[in-house]
Amino acid sequence: MIQVPCPWCGPRNSMEFRAVGESKSRPDVATTTPEQWRQYLYTKSNLADWVTETWYHRAGCRRYFAVERHTVTNDIRESRLPAAQLRQKEGSGS
Amino acid sequence: MSSAAATGRRLDPQAGEVIDRGSPLSFRWDGKAHTGFEGDTIVSALMASGVDVFSRSFKYKRPRGVLSATFHDPGCTVQVGDEPNVRAAHRRLAAGMDVSPENVWPSLKFDVRAANQLVGRFLSAGFYYKTFMKPQRLWPAYQKILGRFAAGGVTAADAEHGYYDKRYIHVDVCVAGGGPAGMAAAVAAARSGASVLLVDEEYHLGGHLRYGGEAELAALAELRAEVAAQKSIEVMTNAAVTGRYDMNWIAVVQRQPGISVRGRSIHERLCKVRAGALVVAAGLIERPYVFEGNDLPGVMLSTAVRRLVNLHAARPGDKAVVFTANADGDACAQDLRRIGVGVTVVDARTGGNIVSAKGGKRLKSVDLADGRSVDCDLLVTAVGWTAATPLLNMAGDRPVYDPTPARFFPTDRLPATVVVAGALAGDGSTAELIAHGTAVGATAAARAGHGSEVPVPALARVAHPELYRSTTHGFVDYSEDVSSKDMFAAKKEGYDSIELVKRYTTVTMGPSQGKLESVNAVAIMAEAHGVTDLNEIGTTVWRPPYVPITLGALGGRGFENTRFSPMQSWHEQHNAKPLVAGDWIRPEHYGDAAAEVAKVRDKVGIIDVTPLGKLDLRGPDVPKLLNLLYVNKWSKLAIGAVRYGVMCAEDGVVMDDGVTGRLAEDRYIMTTTSSGAATVWEWAESWLQTEHPDWQVHVTPVTTGYASMNVAGPKSRELIGRVVEGVDLSNDAFPYMHVRTATVAGVADCFMWRIGFTGELSYEIHVPAAYGLHVWEALFDAGSDLGVGAFGVEAQRIMRLEKGHFIVGQDTDGLTLGFGADLGWCIKLDKDDFAGKPELVLQSQRENYQRLVGLQPVDPTIVPAEASQIVEGAKKIVGRVTSSRMSPTLRRSICLGFVEPHLATPGTVVTCQLPDGRRVQLKVIEGLAHFDPAGARMKV
Ligand SMILES: [Zn+2]
Repeated sequence: MIQVPCPWCGPRNSMEFRAVGESKSRPDVATTTPEQWRQYLYTKSNLADWVTETWYHRAGCRRYFAVERHTVTNDIRESRLPAAQLRQKEGSGS
Repeated sequence: MSSAAATGRRLDPQAGEVIDRGSPLSFRWDGKAHTGFEGDTIVSALMASGVDVFSRSFKYKRPRGVLSATFHDPGCTVQVGDEPNVRAAHRRLAAGMDVSPENVWPSLKFDVRAANQLVGRFLSAGFYYKTFMKPQRLWPAYQKILGRFAAGGVTAADAEHGYYDKRYIHVDVCVAGGGPAGMAAAVAAARSGASVLLVDEEYHLGGHLRYGGEAELAALAELRAEVAAQKSIEVMTNAAVTGRYDMNWIAVVQRQPGISVRGRSIHERLCKVRAGALVVAAGLIERPYVFEGNDLPGVMLSTAVRRLVNLHAARPGDKAVVFTANADGDACAQDLRRIGVGVTVVDARTGGNIVSAKGGKRLKSVDLADGRSVDCDLLVTAVGWTAATPLLNMAGDRPVYDPTPARFFPTDRLPATVVVAGALAGDGSTAELIAHGTAVGATAAARAGHGSEVPVPALARVAHPELYRSTTHGFVDYSEDVSSKDMFAAKKEGYDSIELVKRYTTVTMGPSQGKLESVNAVAIMAEAHGVTDLNEIGTTVWRPPYVPITLGALGGRGFENTRFSPMQSWHEQHNAKPLVAGDWIRPEHYGDAAAEVAKVRDKVGIIDVTPLGKLDLRGPDVPKLLNLLYVNKWSKLAIGAVRYGVMCAEDGVVMDDGVTGRLAEDRYIMTTTSSGAATVWEWAESWLQTEHPDWQVHVTPVTTGYASMNVAGPKSRELIGRVVEGVDLSNDAFPYMHVRTATVAGVADCFMWRIGFTGELSYEIHVPAAYGLHVWEALFDAGSDLGVGAFGVEAQRIMRLEKGHFIVGQDTDGLTLGFGADLGWCIKLDKDDFAGKPELVLQSQRENYQRLVGLQPVDPTIVPAEASQIVEGAKKIVGRVTSSRMSPTLRRSICLGFVEPHLATPGTVVTCQLPDGRRVQLKVIEGLAHFDPAGARMKV
């Protein structure tokens, strides 16, 4: 079982988390096409490489966060706030 | 003393013996009384008592005795009382043990199935595949006969459940193997400041030093003192590192840890270790030699003989041939001479060889390559070593065979946090092994963040003859009865990869999982292929577990939640039939669900609905969140109002439903289905945290914070009026689908809402959980003259079906999109955004989806089983029944179900096929409600 570094709780066993999946941005529902929407729902890039994923610390702080994980080695080089929270921080900082 | 043999085979005290001669233990073997000593294994006690044969082999039922005298000894698996598959060459003797041989028929001495070996060719490789595959109709008959031949012990049906446990351990360094290198590594790591777990499979640390001579015992005493002096080393013996996973997640199985919990002793414990670094000091396993008769009782490995003699003072034979290729074999010959056993040495290093062993239930003679035949009852082989590399394989390494020392060695493919110490890395004197372990231990500590790395001295690779098979055929896998002949046959039949040969012949697939057999199997494959480099054959991949683990240890102690409402004691006193609903135990009924329905329809009933999911939502942006989660509209929900809502996932599939009420300007309570409570909370958090972090909403799960009860029936208002203070209960002041905060039975901070899952006038009261039982009982006290009664989940399910209220997950499934569940009335596609909107827009533009409809069997006495198919013609499935009950109110059967759109028009009669094959007619009704479709009863 790998360890996942929660930005709030530190490294914890992966069983404490829910692996939500590859981080994706949700299409604008007003303009999305069925193809784009289904791409968002069902298609994963499934790379053997560094991927950005969303994890949820279910048995811990109950926070969602982003993780950069290598899908071959399971190395995790970064865990950080979800993109929307980073954008909000930047917005409020400027 | 039990017999003359017992005194005869027990030796005088030995320097390193681990038996306590002051503590004799009586036990039974195969029905007869025997005596051994504290510190004996079952096998050493029996050997000292004159017993040679401990089991019959798997396929040919050949008598088997000691081979390795370790946990993995294939011939020493026995039954102890209720416990099957006990490794008797490892398990310590205990007073009163009732030990018996496993699966012998009719007895260990005379097993009729041994005739198998006379017809051995029929049981050759692939025999089962070839013989019992066809005709398939005979398989049940084959199975009965084969069952008699299967290995393994018996478990009594009434045997007590074992008690198991798990433990989590966080250490800097875990050392697998407590021989000289492992002990030295542990000491060095501890001296660097690391916390250390030192694990060994045997009962004592020391590895091969334990059964060595004077010098080895002296070195061991010193090492043991050093380990004992380090407070940061935890020593775990009779335990094995059985798996290494990502990031040094290490599984250790601890056998009989000597711990009791509430009077029950723990049988086995699985320790889940997270270590900064893993030192693999697993050492070498002595390899058997392949030749005719190599499984006869009396043919033993040199390490087995040395264990029996030096640790347990048991004489393994009277006249020995020692076939040796190394110093350990030589030392074994010396040990035997010391205890007065006549020894003939056959030295492989000078060209000596053995050809075959002869005998029956015990070895009688050995034929040598020089033509001699030597009478003896003990044949010792010391032909080389198998490197115990499984943990290295699990860490990603693929060890490589080196023909000079004739064994496999690790490569540099290991992660930095896995390091190898001792004989796995090379050969050396005791001092050299200790020096190697010391350097590796310090390095491991450094990689775990303590101290600094030191250079690790290289260990030599001492030349050793490559000895795998003599000129005759013999057993490669003792546990599976696979011979070298079978492997040659497999090659002839075209199985040319070791992985295929393994699966075809089952070589290395027995209980010892290749520890004794693996390298011999590779060598014989190489021989069959005419190649000399074993690396060309490769090895089968070692996978976890390294040692067998009981299923009990893997399961561990049960930690599943069981949830009860605060009213559970009342339910039990009133004979509620328990219903398991996810984590919750709920009253299914209190004896008669139909009578409970009648009570609610006529008077008033109360149901415990505590498991309903409840989320407390606060903040100015709650309406935004509700608009996003639910398919309907929430912007205009007034304070004091309650609304029903449905949630769909992003793929448009119905996910959950419930009501949400607005208690105050910035405070809402959302209810979810009982099973959806956790999911909906995570779902809400995901929107707030990953899409709209700017929204000001705080979500608190309060499911178990409130005890919830629904008071339903025409007399519910009267009953509620007797316990509620400060709320005008008239229909005008507190109408249907509204919420009020109230003091109920003296309990403040309750809230209640009028909703109608049962279809009756009803008040759902949510009470701070600690007061749940008080309010519940107060309601019954207050309503006794009104005929109040409790109703359970079954009565509620009947009533909601009468009302046509669907249940998510029962009347919908993972393919039911919103419009399919007849939710068109509440899906508001004109909202800017909500979860699943694009899919629901698409669904609204097509017709080809099944519809949820109310169904009534034309014959009102028939209740079609739930999940019965709705069919058209002979074979076409056009729908299914999702819910069905006999309605006590309507005195007829009623259903909900899915049908194809062309059958969804009210009045259509559809055909339903029952599980017994009968076909019955069901009529589609108008809407989903079978009873009071206008809802007149609940809006009074
Ligand atoms: Zn956390």
